[in-house]
Amino acid sequence: MFTWHRFLAVLIKEFVQMRRDRLTFAMMIGVPIMQLVLFGYAINSDPKRLPTAVVSAEASPFARSFVRALENTDYYRVVAQPRTVAEADALVARGQAQFVINIPEDFSRRIQRGERPVLLVEADASDPAATGPAVSALATLNLRALDNDLTGTLAAQKAGPAPFEVRVHRRYNPEGITQYNIVPGLMGVVLTMTMIMMTSIAMTRERERGTMENLLATPVTPFEVMLGKIVPYILVGYVQVAVILLAAKFLFQIPMVGSLLLLTGVVVLFIAANLAIGFTFSTVAKSQMQAMQMTMFFFLPSILLSGFMFPFRGMPVWAQWLGEVFPLTHFLRIVRGILLKGSGVAEILPSVWPLALILALVSVAAMRRYNRTLD
Amino acid sequence: MNAVAKPRPANDVVIDVEGLTKRFGDKTVVDGFALQVRRGQIYGFLGPNGSGKTTTIRMVCGLLTPDAGRGSCLGHDILTESAKIKREVGYMTQKFSLYEDLSIEENLDFIARMYDVRDRKRRVRETIARLGLESRRSQLAGTLSGGWKQRVALAACLLHDPQLLLLDEPTAGVDPGARRDFWDQIHRLAGEGMTVLVSTHYMDEAERCHALAYIAYGKLLTHGTIPEVVAEAGLATYEIESPDADSLFALTAEIEKSPGVEMAVPFGNRLHVSGTDAAKLKATMAEVARRPGLAVREVDSSLEDVFIHMMRMNQPKA
Repeated sequence: MFTWHRFLAVLIKEFVQMRRDRLTFAMMIGVPIMQLVLFGYAINSDPKRLPTAVVSAEASPFARSFVRALENTDYYRVVAQPRTVAEADALVARGQAQFVINIPEDFSRRIQRGERPVLLVEADASDPAATGPAVSALATLNLRALDNDLTGTLAAQKAGPAPFEVRVHRRYNPEGITQYNIVPGLMGVVLTMTMIMMTSIAMTRERERGTMENLLATPVTPFEVMLGKIVPYILVGYVQVAVILLAAKFLFQIPMVGSLLLLTGVVVLFIAANLAIGFTFSTVAKSQMQAMQMTMFFFLPSILLSGFMFPFRGMPVWAQWLGEVFPLTHFLRIVRGILLKGSGVAEILPSVWPLALILALVSVAAMRRYNRTLD
Repeated sequence: MNAVAKPRPANDVVIDVEGLTKRFGDKTVVDGFALQVRRGQIYGFLGPNGSGKTTTIRMVCGLLTPDAGRGSCLGHDILTESAKIKREVGYMTQKFSLYEDLSIEENLDFIARMYDVRDRKRRVRETIARLGLESRRSQLAGTLSGGWKQRVALAACLLHDPQLLLLDEPTAGVDPGARRDFWDQIHRLAGEGMTVLVSTHYMDEAERCHALAYIAYGKLLTHGTIPEVVAEAGLATYEIESPDADSLFALTAEIEKSPGVEMAVPFGNRLHVSGTDAAKLKATMAEVARRPGLAVREVDSSLEDVFIHMMRMNQPKA
């Protein structure tokens, strides 16, 4: 039996408590910003001044000019000038250099002959996001780098194609991954973490503070309690969505191809599913500490198996099946689909119904777990 | 259960339970408990710590499911109709269980909404005014002193006009003045027809109840009015008075081993000596009275004498 007055009683109480709990409230706003800054800037931004080793077989003005031009792009910082390629490789293997520039021994002679010599750049591309921008900076470098050195009879080469060719070898991870994946994905990650955490302490907090006894002594029903505790956080979830979308647009210039209205509409399912999962945890956990542990226990595989960290299609089939269990997996498809590919209702529907199913199943589980007595 | 149908309790019996049993794991906390409380009664519930008072109260209002037994509360079955019971009962928990991070007004408003109290805002306002807390209505409940917490908690219990009040050690840690006010209010409510079941450790509070039940180690040991309880115990008590407190202390240990003496408890420079075998005790006391400096006289057994005696006699054998 559901009554509005009891639902409202719980709802209003939760809002007041949320407002009083400044630290938690600050965290709800702070977590998305912190994650965005960490993932968006500190971790995944356009890395500059990357350590570079130069193996130069000759000390010509052309070689010096090239290295200086390299450093002027601000992407490269020459940290070592080993004599042999083997030494340079060891530096890369140890992670002390991210790039090795090989200047062949007849580099200047062949430029002078107009033979367009090949200059080899080896990149540690195990983290493609880290090497990508630096490598693209090379593309135009060879056009201008030697302009000052091409004098006299060589001046004619300025107008033509680049006087030499840069060939890039991406080592460890030949294909790149698109960076635009990260920020929309973060919306799902932030919501998963904060929403589950907040409701997972919902009932355990009542129990630990001794208010559970009073709550149970009132005629309130489990569904009224659950709804009253979930609805305030749906609003908090929307605040987080807004923060992330604004940051995505203005800080990270993430393309937003699809309908934001559609995204805003669908995200409520994802938020509610996570809140219901947290609420279920809180009916199982004995203490707030346990509730937090359960949140982390759920959060880690969510990140790892949902396709946020690693490409979903790259995982073995069993892991993909496991990944389907997590709401984050489906939400990532929705949010990336809408923002990056411009998906409409028809395209996201296959990911929407699993969210609804998860929400329904988890809610039923929570209602069954909710104990109306102190037994 | 009995084959003979038990007559339906008369309308004025508010709590009627029998055979209530509750086990936690393999520990039986309440064992075959029976209780009848009539409308308008203030029923005192006494017993040492851990005797099962709180567990019994929780079973009566539907917060715990009994493992055995049956009964009714306000005419509703305690096993199947706890939702109905909850609507008509005011339960004040032993530990303060309102929200400490909500203000007094917000707490009362929350409870009033829960019970769908008619004319809610006016009701909350009046309650705050009656408590004399108008100027502190926005104060967080957690910052109140013990006495004020107790007053606010009681006011919260009364918001929905319950027919039965269950008070679990309501005055623990409250100063005597506040306790007196509290009991005056309980009597006023009972006069208006409210039934009150109150657990306590204080003898002066027990003496303000209409009837008592004494529970120890999960078993109901005695119940009835104070004279009934005292008479039923069949305890004879003597008071030995000595001008010298030190010698009284030495005497306590000696006299406890004397024939007929089951209990010797010092009260200042007097010693209360009790026993159920009146003849033996009388002989022992006659012997003590011959000693110099000691004045011995027979007194009425007090409630406290009776309870301490019952508690000692019923200690479970280790």
